[in-house]
Amino acid sequence: MAVYKAGTRLKSAVCSSELMIVVAPARDVTLTCGGAPVIALADEAPGGAVDPAHKNGTQMGKRYTNAEGDIEILCTKPGEGSLAVDGTALEVKGAKPLPSSD
Amino acid sequence: MNLMMILEMAAGAFGDRVAFQNGEDRLTYQQLFDAAGALAAHLDDGRTKHLAMLDVSTLALPIGVFGASWAGVPFAPLNYRLTDGELDALISQLNPGRLITDDERASRLDGKFGSPSAGGDFVSVGSRAAMLDAVRAPGAAKREDAWSMDPDDTAILLFTSGTTGAPKAAVLRQKHLVSYVLGTVEFMGADEADASLSCVPPYHIAGMAAIASSVYSGRRVIQLPNFSAETWLDIARREAVTHAFVVPTMLARIVDLLEAEGRGDAGLSSLRALSYGGGKMPQSVIEKAMKLFPQTDFTNAYGLTETSSTIALLGPQDHRDAMASPDEAVRRRIVSVGQPLPTVEVSIRDPEDGRELPIGERGLIHVRGEQVSGEYRGKGSQLDAEGWFNTRDGGYLDEGGYLFLEGRMDDVIVRGGENMSPGEIEDVLLTHEAVLDACVIGVPDEQWGEAVAAVVVLAGGKQASVSELQQWVKDRLRSSRTPERIEFWPELPYNETGKLLRRKVREALREDA
Repeated sequence: MAVYKAGTRLKSAVCSSELMIVVAPARDVTLTCGGAPVIALADEAPGGAVDPAHKNGTQMGKRYTNAEGDIEILCTKPGEGSLAVDGTALEVKGAKPLPSSD
Repeated sequence: MNLMMILEMAAGAFGDRVAFQNGEDRLTYQQLFDAAGALAAHLDDGRTKHLAMLDVSTLALPIGVFGASWAGVPFAPLNYRLTDGELDALISQLNPGRLITDDERASRLDGKFGSPSAGGDFVSVGSRAAMLDAVRAPGAAKREDAWSMDPDDTAILLFTSGTTGAPKAAVLRQKHLVSYVLGTVEFMGADEADASLSCVPPYHIAGMAAIASSVYSGRRVIQLPNFSAETWLDIARREAVTHAFVVPTMLARIVDLLEAEGRGDAGLSSLRALSYGGGKMPQSVIEKAMKLFPQTDFTNAYGLTETSSTIALLGPQDHRDAMASPDEAVRRRIVSVGQPLPTVEVSIRDPEDGRELPIGERGLIHVRGEQVSGEYRGKGSQLDAEGWFNTRDGGYLDEGGYLFLEGRMDDVIVRGGENMSPGEIEDVLLTHEAVLDACVIGVPDEQWGEAVAAVVVLAGGKQASVSELQQWVKDRLRSSRTPERIEFWPELPYNETGKLLRRKVREALREDA
């Protein structure tokens, strides 16, 4: 369990995924990637296998969110594991592509 | 959050792509990342608190933006058209800092800002060429520690153009710019062959926003430091440019040149997207441009410095619908700025009591969203308790949620207690076939407080009399909105980024009176 701050960088303990918190929930949550709790970007990954139930992968540049919309996570490096908060899988935030304006 | 994270992702995913190109000189995404790290190491001297850049667009510009973000110091692009006196006032707000500028200015200003008597604790003035050599040298030492991810760090200080007063520095924090990029740009959304032609000066918010968004999309940016219609077309054709942003005066010049060339179309089939903003686009110019660039998607972007660039868009389909529709309400949307971004809320408020106004009613445009800063240095945040920013632009929303601008509220004409917007009267004048451009202002009047006056630029070869134009307005608006005075000028005064200088028109009419 942890309370996150916007801007915090994290990584998966079990795959190559790297993440940044875009919107942080104002509550204690357990954020997992590949089924294992995520760790600080600078920390040494303990290793281990990706849980087959959490193996849909992360895609670089995609933002992931929950049904409540109170958490948003940017994938800054892709990996095999997928994201979940308190056991519930996060979904890719659907964004209608906008025409280039600058 | 930090702009550097955006560049790190780009360098990691497509490091070999060309990021920026200036003439024959290029930087790949990886080279840009490395150079930013080298610059950040140079800035790590325990004293430097700002990085100012007084220069046209060069490869030093993106290195400066990202290197400053890595080092955690605000980046301040300065307007190179200002006089030395005006610049002094800005630079003195950036102490202790470093200034990067062109060779000529660097030698002239070095003593000035380097000496304790004049510049106080200003750290140094350096030339762009020396900076580029230092940060691009093979083996240049890079900053070893990572950049801060504090969303509240200041990324950019941008002095607003000051058409209404002394320049003040808008504070754009990392969270505003990163939110803007994440909310509006698809990571690696560009094809490797895409090329974007950038001719907006660095001190304009559109220039800053374009750097961040093009890096995230993986596009190659070709810098055009000094705009002329000839070089713009030449580079666009030669480099098979796919995307470009122009201000209205630039598009007007491009259209003029193409018409003078006598071409039915621009011969630029590579150009997929042309966006414009930064001022009011005359309807005749955009209509001609759409004919000259038949394959091109047009997008009108409305934004402010204080909102980290674009907050509303009139997209390509909106343009085509407006041109083709039999419905007058849809056709009018060609002069709107489109609909607010999905990540931004817009509310039209009563200027007197601040209550939200219904659809169709004119008031002050308020905006709210993650990208909205609304903060000036030394003045703090101007957002209200609910996070709304008063743009001080007047406007209204139509039934479809399209936003129409009516100019700065400071420009509102008050005639006999009736408030009227110059934009509404200008729009009507511009629908007359002989009118190329128009500026409406209030002039002092003994009877009414203010009277409506118009300056009109006639289209080449066309004629219209004062009484004819007065009747034209009277037939379409209330008679109180009919200009009592109309003058014909060969052109209207604009600043270099396409903003109409009403102040100059006002001064000229006052002198004539």
